[in-house]
Amino acid sequence: MSPLLEVSHVCYSYHTLSGETQALCDITFSVDEGEFLAIVGPSGCGKSTLLSLLSGLIEPEQGSVHIGRLPVSGHRAGIGYMLQKDHLFEWRTVYKNVILGLEIQKRLTKENLEHVEEMLKDYGLAAFKDSRPSELSGGMRQRAALIRTLALNPSLLLLDEPFSALDYQTRLNVCNDVCGIIKRENKTAILVTHDLSEAVSMADRILILSRRPAGIVKILPVHFKEKGLTPMERRQAPEFKDYFNEIWKELNAHG
Amino acid sequence: MDEITARQARFLKDHRRHHHLVTALRFLIFFLFLAAWEISTRVHLIDAFIFSSPSRILETVFTMGRDGSIFRHTGITLYETLVSFLLVILVSFLMATVLWFSSTASEVLEPCLVILNSLPKSALAPLLIVWLGANPGTIIVAGMSVAVFGSIISMYTAFRETDEEKIKLIRTLGGNRMHILCCVVFPSSIPSILSILKVNIGLCLVGVIIGEFLAAREGLGYLIIYASQIFKMNYLITSLIILCIIAFLLYQIIQKLEHYIRKARKI
Repeated sequence: MSPLLEVSHVCYSYHTLSGETQALCDITFSVDEGEFLAIVGPSGCGKSTLLSLLSGLIEPEQGSVHIGRLPVSGHRAGIGYMLQKDHLFEWRTVYKNVILGLEIQKRLTKENLEHVEEMLKDYGLAAFKDSRPSELSGGMRQRAALIRTLALNPSLLLLDEPFSALDYQTRLNVCNDVCGIIKRENKTAILVTHDLSEAVSMADRILILSRRPAGIVKILPVHFKEKGLTPMERRQAPEFKDYFNEIWKELNAHG
Repeated sequence: MDEITARQARFLKDHRRHHHLVTALRFLIFFLFLAAWEISTRVHLIDAFIFSSPSRILETVFTMGRDGSIFRHTGITLYETLVSFLLVILVSFLMATVLWFSSTASEVLEPCLVILNSLPKSALAPLLIVWLGANPGTIIVAGMSVAVFGSIISMYTAFRETDEEKIKLIRTLGGNRMHILCCVVFPSSIPSILSILKVNIGLCLVGVIIGEFLAAREGLGYLIIYASQIFKMNYLITSLIILCIIAFLLYQIIQKLEHYIRKARKI
């Protein structure tokens, strides 16, 4: 089986009048269907740039990004992108926010709307359908944002530090929730984070980037003896701190 | 929350008392002023022919009300102001949208807008009269000329200040620039647009009066100029008072509109 996402020899630079900044340098990796990949690296190393490239928001200067053998540009429908903040619009109800993507892509079919209703019910937001986003808690807002992304039924989910705007307690809970939802909906996901413990608690593999211009230091597979642990349970497993220390060492050596 | 503590009740009572005091003082000052004005003209401290007086103004209002001219002049000024206001909003909304769509256009046009905006607009009025003739259309254009350039600039700035991340969200959901405009830029600019409306209604009134000064046979601006030329000070001051009332009412209408929209959007 060929991988879902294939990134080969991707380079990207930012151009300004004062000069050129190389952000990414010769990035090559692939992600299989159903896999959860975490990308960690020092801050400002180009993690978000990499996600923008994967989502087709920007085009690589060199190299290529393929999803299911198709080049990524113009293929955006298959990719769900979750940003740092939920960006729920206060002038829309929760329901109207959640169907925003479907509305834009003119895919408000009965099937899709039923899927949305189901997710709202499953993830505890059905009672807040007609509320304003400001009436939701931080965790509920993040779940609403995830449903908005999943409503488009993407084959690949990109998560750009989706928990960084939350306080610590909410963050652990939402991390658990979101990970559960992704597993249940059987999605392939790529998580960008600077929180190493978050990466270890969620991912099947962890990609470590070096300082700018970012290259791949290592791709580390994560195996816990017990299968199917939630992020919270993983945090208590004995292997957790070994992985944490290994990534910490790699980052300090190259970051 | 239903029960009010004694301290809260006291706070509310004090607040109300202060509010009543301010209102009472306002009326007191107003009536004292009117009385002083009336008495000083009666005892010939000031000349009623030049300074007019409350009783003469009241008399003028009744005379003008009886022959209907007060309604004609007020109506025409109000009409011209509202039409130019609506056109300003329409034009600046369209222009701001065009500028937002094309950064090249906005860069090219920026110096023109800045110069036109800082130009004293009363200087444009004589030109407009020569070009367009002395008719209500010219007055409306004069009203627009005062407000429109500043309005375009502020509305475009409001559009530009849209959160980049929210724009990115629409792009990740597969939206194009049209979606960005309709789903994020317009809705998030509504508070700024409302304050632009508030500024512009006053500016349009200024422009209309300038226009009427120069080229009109009707309207409050015409009445002011006409009255000053034939020394009918009662007419002049009556017109000024009507202008005050119009300005106040127009502002109140926009404020009510703003209040209503804010409530509907629950901001």
